[in-house]
Amino acid sequence: MSWMAWTWQTALFFSALGGALMLMTIAELVRPTSFVRGFLPMPTTRGDRFFICLLSAAFIHLIWLGLIGQSVPIASAVSVAWAFVVMRWG
Amino acid sequence: MHKPYSNKAWLGVLPVVLVVAFSAVIPLMTVVNYSVQDILDFNSRFYVGFEWYVETLNDTRFIDAFKRQLGFSFTVLAIEIPLGIAVAKGLPKTSRFTPALLILLAVPLLIPWNVVGTIWQMYARSDIGLLGVAINAMGISYHYSSEPLHAWLTLIAMDVWHWTSLVALLAFAGLTSIPQPYYQAAALDGANRWQIFRYVELPRLRGVLIIAVLLRLMDSFMIYTEPFVLTGGGPGDSTTFLSQHLATMAVGQFDLGPAAAFSVIYFLFILLFCWLFYTSVMRRDNE
Repeated sequence: MSWMAWTWQTALFFSALGGALMLMTIAELVRPTSFVRGFLPMPTTRGDRFFICLLSAAFIHLIWLGLIGQSVPIASAVSVAWAFVVMRWG
Repeated sequence: MHKPYSNKAWLGVLPVVLVVAFSAVIPLMTVVNYSVQDILDFNSRFYVGFEWYVETLNDTRFIDAFKRQLGFSFTVLAIEIPLGIAVAKGLPKTSRFTPALLILLAVPLLIPWNVVGTIWQMYARSDIGLLGVAINAMGISYHYSSEPLHAWLTLIAMDVWHWTSLVALLAFAGLTSIPQPYYQAAALDGANRWQIFRYVELPRLRGVLIIAVLLRLMDSFMIYTEPFVLTGGGPGDSTTFLSQHLATMAVGQFDLGPAAAFSVIYFLFILLFCWLFYTSVMRRDNE
């Protein structure tokens, strides 16, 4: 595993991502998703919205790092708030 | 709109998921790990947080390479897609020469990338190349190795030469699948050639054209070998695209941390394009 050059920060990040995917799988088994039309321009499943959240979180962080470059937790907070909005009303 | 949805079929793709995990996900995770560290050698590395991302996003060479990449990708798309359709329209559908023409069209697609680069490098040389000498003989000064504009035109010509066939073959497959009664109905309605193309052929070509655009966008966005062989990114860095800049950082200078951050950003943009494209296709199909 040493060739993968792990740090505890990235390990935590990927564990959280893996955990979120597991939760999504369990949620799918307990309550199967269906296409829902929210404020997004196309009908989405729960998994689609989750992917949109992850991708937008990545770009929110990139824009933040490119323009401001400091206080990254603010970008993370914005991403979480946006993720909540998308998952709930998207 | 509530459509029931079953996920059982996903079990069938489990083997593919495992292969992709081994060949793509684990290397990608490694790149993410690299991107937050300063790697001096394999034994000494330090966590630096998002420093390389900040550096890359504010690096003018990265931004310039990104702009050049977008310019290149959209220029070749704007030429190859209409030209490919025009070529496909010009091919006879039922002639004994059709198979031979299709094979001729496919020839550029069979040539390896570095050979395409080498062919054009010699073809366009102003001292011995057929194209270069011919253009100069007409009184037009043409030197792709010293003039940025000429280098760009040569690269675009090379990409169009290499890949228009793909669009043409896809469009031809789409055109031949249109049933004859559609044309008869259009003829009865008195449609002219443009109207037949616009309202009969183009809507039924949509599927193959979307595949063509997606393939060409992704491929041109990741282009490396041909510009590397033809211009080496020059003159100066006027034809240095993203992948070449990345290779210089990672392989040439061994700046693994910044190169990894660059790769993650590059990957996210490609993922975004793929997703936008895929979603727009699925959305129209659902409608």
